[in-house]
Amino acid sequence: MDDALSAEAEMVHKRPGQLREFWFYFRENRGALIGLSIFAVFAFLAIFGPWVAPHDATQQFREATLQPPVWQEGGTWSHILGTDPLGRDMLSRLIVGARYSFFVGVFVVTIAATGGIIIGLIAGFSPKWVDSIIMRIMDIVLAFPSLLLALVLVAILGPSLTNAMIAIAIVLQPHYVRLTRASVLSERQKDYVTSARVAGAGTFRLMFVTVLPNCLAPIIVQAALSFSTAILDAAALGFLGMGAQPPTPEWGTMLAEAREFILRAWWVVTFPGLAILVTVLAINLMGDGLRDALDPKLKRS
Amino acid sequence: MLNYILGRLLTFIPTFIGVTLISFSFIRALPGDPIQVMAGERGVSDERYAELAAQYGFDQPIYVQFWQYLTGVLQGDLGTSFVTKRPVWDEFFALFPATLELSLFAMIFSIVLGLPAGVIAAVNRGKFFDRALMSTALVGYSMPIFWWALLLIIVFSGNLQWTPVSGRIDLLYYFPDPTGFMIIDSLASGQKGAFASAVRHLILPTIVLGTIPLAVIARQTRSAMLEVLGEDYIRTARAKGMSSARINGIHALRNALIPVVTVIGLSVGTLLAGAILTETIFSWPGIGKWMVDSIFRRDYPVVQGGLLLIAVMVMIVNLTVDMLYGVINPKIRKR
Repeated sequence: MDDALSAEAEMVHKRPGQLREFWFYFRENRGALIGLSIFAVFAFLAIFGPWVAPHDATQQFREATLQPPVWQEGGTWSHILGTDPLGRDMLSRLIVGARYSFFVGVFVVTIAATGGIIIGLIAGFSPKWVDSIIMRIMDIVLAFPSLLLALVLVAILGPSLTNAMIAIAIVLQPHYVRLTRASVLSERQKDYVTSARVAGAGTFRLMFVTVLPNCLAPIIVQAALSFSTAILDAAALGFLGMGAQPPTPEWGTMLAEAREFILRAWWVVTFPGLAILVTVLAINLMGDGLRDALDPKLKRS
Repeated sequence: MLNYILGRLLTFIPTFIGVTLISFSFIRALPGDPIQVMAGERGVSDERYAELAAQYGFDQPIYVQFWQYLTGVLQGDLGTSFVTKRPVWDEFFALFPATLELSLFAMIFSIVLGLPAGVIAAVNRGKFFDRALMSTALVGYSMPIFWWALLLIIVFSGNLQWTPVSGRIDLLYYFPDPTGFMIIDSLASGQKGAFASAVRHLILPTIVLGTIPLAVIARQTRSAMLEVLGEDYIRTARAKGMSSARINGIHALRNALIPVVTVIGLSVGTLLAGAILTETIFSWPGIGKWMVDSIFRRDYPVVQGGLLLIAVMVMIVNLTVDMLYGVINPKIRKR
């Protein structure tokens, strides 16, 4: 998302009208604005979490294990959302955990999008046989259900958050390749590309300067969508014990640790999942808004 | 048309070889020596090690191993599980009906609720129903289903005690399973309460697995309906005085179904990925749980064979959807 967005920002910088137009449409979508504000809070917590959190995320309050949230009998204001089986403060762990999910999203989207865009451009500009080989390889990756492939990749690389991110990036990459290639193929036919070629632009310039900026809209939407997919998949891997390892306060890992307490302490299970859901929902709302604002065909529908 | 089908079929071959190569090389890349894993805690003597290596072909060069694996696969031999010592093929087909049963019910659940939801939203575009349904769909679409499963367990199994937490049927029932579908077999067994037990075990996993496809289908149906409702022939039908139920239900929905059917077909991969989580949480004895268990047990032949079978299944379904789509919509056949 990072580089796609910065490329977008650069593009817009040259033509200020576009950003204004984009914002005009984006602003009209109330859901997208709500999503954006939640995402802003999420990003803030990801950066400043440890300073905002009321307690240390790993500190164990031995005298207060499995304490319920404040509004339930037995809850106290010092642990607003209660404590987990080891007496750690839920709220603090959730706040500090934001940075893992945020980092997963940023890392996965950056790697998957950069790689996917470059491979997609190469496929779109290459002779047919190179194109065929690249697309067959992508078909092969896409034939495996993404979570299963990520699971096996992590089993090979060893369970950790970094490896989970690498695995998810590999699994999500083919979507960018397909998307970029499809837009490149349709853009290449257009007159402005021919005229750039006639004017003497090299293949490299055609790829990155002439064609790429005009293919970015669907890629940006895809970036938003895969940001949320990355968070969900990383949490799922953590839940299966193949992602971040305890005592990391990653939301999926927290859920896995809390599983045996589900019938005794609802809060240890409910809040981490709620955090995942709200974050993913906010990003998807933003993604819908981006799509409506960037894709004129879908506008007003 | 025939060319299109043949062309699509031809691309299947390199993809199949690639998928085989990937599942083969993944397993070679896993840390740990498979024979040591198989021997377990006790370890093996050097002679026995060499014997086992020869038996499983690990002493051959890697390309010979791949060739043997590929030819074995084409003859239906996917190797034997290290843990159970049964052929991977047999294990897969013993467990597959459980996954198929769950997936079918999840699919029915999502279509039965998703199609009407999408149609109602489209017809009431911009009004309360549309907003409410589409917000719900977006929540479903963003749902971490492993958490959703835990929540449902807390409410329906914990607080209300309505549904069991794991398995396909209560342990007190035992009967032959000719079809492998618990719903059918329990009914056929004639044992009192068996069918009800099977149904109660199926409810929560079905909801969990069906949630994301449900949201996707509802969203896709809505946007396809909106597109179709703007067409001239709908206006003509309206002008002729046709009832709106007939227009929406028959004329519009039928044409809106084309992209929806594609989405349904393509969600097979999503279902299998979802089955991994759903089956693990509900201890549902299907291939998703089997794969996860095998990965943790380092049962290499099972992971390898399971990956391959699942990928081939997804490929066949995608190919069928692609070809059907090509038959329905001639615009797709180009390139």
